[in-house]
Amino acid sequence: MQTTSDEVLIGRIAGGDRLAMQVLFARHHVRVYRFVLRMVRNEATAEDLISEVFLDVWRQADKFEGRAAVSTWILSIARFKALSALRRRGEEELDDETAAAIEDHADDPEVTLAKKDKGTVLRQCLTKLSAEHREIIDLVYYHEKSVEEVAGIVGIPEATVKTRMFYARKKLSELLREQGIDRGWP
Amino acid sequence: MNTDMNTANENRRSEIEDLLPWHAAGTLSAREAQSVEAALARDPELKRRYELVREELAQTIHLNETLGAPSARAMTELFAKIDAEPARHAAPSLNLGARIRDFFDSLSPRTLAWSAGAAALAIVLQAAVIGGIVLKEQSAGYQTASVPGTASREGSFALIRFQPQASAADITRFLESNKLSIAGGPAAGGLYRVRIAEIKLPKADLDRRMQTLQSDKIIGFIAPTE
Repeated sequence: MQTTSDEVLIGRIAGGDRLAMQVLFARHHVRVYRFVLRMVRNEATAEDLISEVFLDVWRQADKFEGRAAVSTWILSIARFKALSALRRRGEEELDDETAAAIEDHADDPEVTLAKKDKGTVLRQCLTKLSAEHREIIDLVYYHEKSVEEVAGIVGIPEATVKTRMFYARKKLSELLREQGIDRGWP
Repeated sequence: MNTDMNTANENRRSEIEDLLPWHAAGTLSAREAQSVEAALARDPELKRRYELVREELAQTIHLNETLGAPSARAMTELFAKIDAEPARHAAPSLNLGARIRDFFDSLSPRTLAWSAGAAALAIVLQAAVIGGIVLKEQSAGYQTASVPGTASREGSFALIRFQPQASAADITRFLESNKLSIAGGPAAGGLYRVRIAEIKLPKADLDRRMQTLQSDKIIGFIAPTE
């Protein structure tokens, strides 16, 4: 059976259809939550933010022009909300939190390798990336966004999307090397 | 000369290598994907690097999937805020294509079949008239499977709220399999007025019907109504 497209749902939401809103929410809220959670690193804040994100979708549905996919539009709103929340929380607190997160995983490389398989170490290293690098890796690999879509969400040129992805991956290799895994790249 | 060629090859490899993450995620255009595939087939080092990308892709998905899901609080808060918003009845500003898609989406497969049949009949009739064949006057139009104009008057009705996670496809399946039609709504609280029988059912039959419908997992709330 064919499902209603996101664009059609947005059209119905613009007309005040609450059921269409429920369908759209059910379809996208988990991914949006995870995207926001990776940015703000706090579950309660992420939950607050997704209700704000979808309230904006409800309010702005009649302004959606269909130039991007609905999921891309929602992620753009989510990113803006998450960045605003981070600004409210303050840079200093964020830096402390990031430093703490990095320290948490600061095992001796050999001990780390002995304890965990390569996949686990890779996932740990993914959490140690900067917010900027984490974001681009998630958008490309998890949210399946094209170069053009990432450029639209993050607000950077397409060429910068490619170079940022390259540096994010390069940093990931460096972190892996520190954990005793040399990938022979770059 | 050789140096120039090596530099050109290295640049080309670098361009292709930049695309590997999107190739692994399946988000390249067909043309780009084809050139990446060709490069991978002839360049073992590039292929090795592609395996690194696929590893990153797998672990990024794994990491995100272990982040869990939000609690029901997020949805409760959202719909409380939506209910507090002023009601709106503005026509959606969809483009023509989206309006047409919306129209066809709103028709059940049976309605579409009826419509197609009616269109085919109209063509046959037109051909007959052109050929000079006299047809007796016959009643026009057809009965669609969608909600008839008098639907909200006769029969037995229930107020239904669907589970928030129910998709449009789930709801269509539920309505069709139980031979139900939506007669009104959504009203406040996401309630729909649904016709559950063509005639007014005796109370015992109505209760049995309610119980059957209630047992479907997409039903959040159901109660008989006039």
